[in-house]
Amino acid sequence: MAAHPASARGESRWRGLARTAFPFLVLAAIWEVLAHAGLFPPRLFPPVETIAAAFIRLTVSGILPHHAFDSVLRLLSGFALAAVAGVTIGIAMGRSQFAEDVFLPLVSIGAPIPGLAYAPLFLLWFGLGNVTAVLLVAFVSAFPVIYNTWTGVKAVKEIWVRAAQAMGADNRALFRLVILPGALPYILTGLRLGLAQAWRILVGVEMLAAVQWGLGWLIFGAREFLATDVMLAGIVAIALIGLALEKLVFQRIEEFTLVRWGMLT
Amino acid sequence: MSERTDRWRRIRRTTGTLLVVAALYEIVARSGYFPAVLLPTLPGVARTLFGLVTDGTMLWHAGYTLARVMIGFLLAVALGLPLGIWMARSRAVENFALPLASALMPIPSLAWVPVFILWFGLGDAVTVAIVFYAAMFPMLLNTWTGVRAVNPLWLRAAQAMGAKERALFWKVIIPGASPLIITGLRQAFVRSWIAVVGAEMLAASDWGLGWIIFDAKEFLNADVMLASLAVIGAIGYVFERLVFGSLERFTVLRWGMVRAVKA
Repeated sequence: MAAHPASARGESRWRGLARTAFPFLVLAAIWEVLAHAGLFPPRLFPPVETIAAAFIRLTVSGILPHHAFDSVLRLLSGFALAAVAGVTIGIAMGRSQFAEDVFLPLVSIGAPIPGLAYAPLFLLWFGLGNVTAVLLVAFVSAFPVIYNTWTGVKAVKEIWVRAAQAMGADNRALFRLVILPGALPYILTGLRLGLAQAWRILVGVEMLAAVQWGLGWLIFGAREFLATDVMLAGIVAIALIGLALEKLVFQRIEEFTLVRWGMLT
Repeated sequence: MSERTDRWRRIRRTTGTLLVVAALYEIVARSGYFPAVLLPTLPGVARTLFGLVTDGTMLWHAGYTLARVMIGFLLAVALGLPLGIWMARSRAVENFALPLASALMPIPSLAWVPVFILWFGLGDAVTVAIVFYAAMFPMLLNTWTGVRAVNPLWLRAAQAMGAKERALFWKVIIPGASPLIITGLRQAFVRSWIAVVGAEMLAASDWGLGWIIFDAKEFLNADVMLASLAVIGAIGYVFERLVFGSLERFTVLRWGMVRAVKA
């Protein structure tokens, strides 16, 4: 094992990669053995190569990207609504006693009910389709945003506010230069939680709301044809998008707040 | 004294808000702009809820849902807790389980519903499996973080005082990790409660709070829906606040490991 010192770093990266890949290979091997053993009907338990083939086929034909694109679009539009409404309500609650007294009971009643429980009600009110899906995603992900923004604005030290006021800051300057930066780490945390919540609920909503395109619908629709390979290919796509959200969005936000403000939540 | 007036004001305002919202809703519901089946009046919802509770159907639905949640949740704890501890104590296990967990975690549990329906058929097994999946990852990862976060100084102090492996585990590691383990239990329950409702809607069985809501949609029974929403919210609230809240109060708060957050 006389590796030269220069390649030691490159080698450790390869080893790290191999270490990460190893459990997946073991899992795939077990899956493969089970699938080929004939214990379960291959339609219900397709081997890995069939799933991969379905994934490639659907990707090349553009069906899977279309589904994924619509899901992401729905996620982002719902989340954007939630972010705007949530931050606004949260700041109002943090700054005005009246708004807090009005909204807090509503938020504390609405938040603990699982989001999907509202789904049939929304379906009844807004009909099947996109409007329901987006509104429900927005509604559900608004709660963590409101709650964290409210906490953040409350956590701005009273002494900073008073100092700024003593130095002659008007309401706008106070808000822009003191309250918003002070509450920002909490707001970012709220947005992160809200987006995660939106992602978890979206797949279920797409199954219930019978949208035309969307990964949830792809999976749910494939059930009718016993197309387990399509379902699992769809789940792989969901996992990839979820991982991308996690690595590109959530971790970035966390590092950003962590590094800039040195807080850990 | 000012705290007391503050509290009174809060109670007054809260009831005020709720009354105003209820009155607004009632006006809209009675205005006749929207069909009455879609927007039932509040007394109507209350009557439905009362009827469903007294004739026992709602209790059965809630019982089924609770049983499914509990089985799935306990299975997740039974697997997630030891595995989380093991992951934190052994490098090899961590290297093996962590990549799998981080790849599976971002998949929403409900995405598995159609697959599980094909594998297990409609019914309880699907719901329990979905709850298990939803509860597993918060339990596992919080336990793992909790055990790793145990202050190494405590471990060395205990070892220096001659603590054996077993004593070290039960007297230092478990109590030290308990704040995050309890957070894990709490998060896992919240996730299971969300998952069970969705799973019951999709994997229609005959009983369950999720099923009754979804079933009511077919018959345009918005009053039944709202009544079950109230029950779902109430049960979730009771568990989250009373069960896990008091668990926290009796363990980690009492041991002074975390301070109570003033709400």
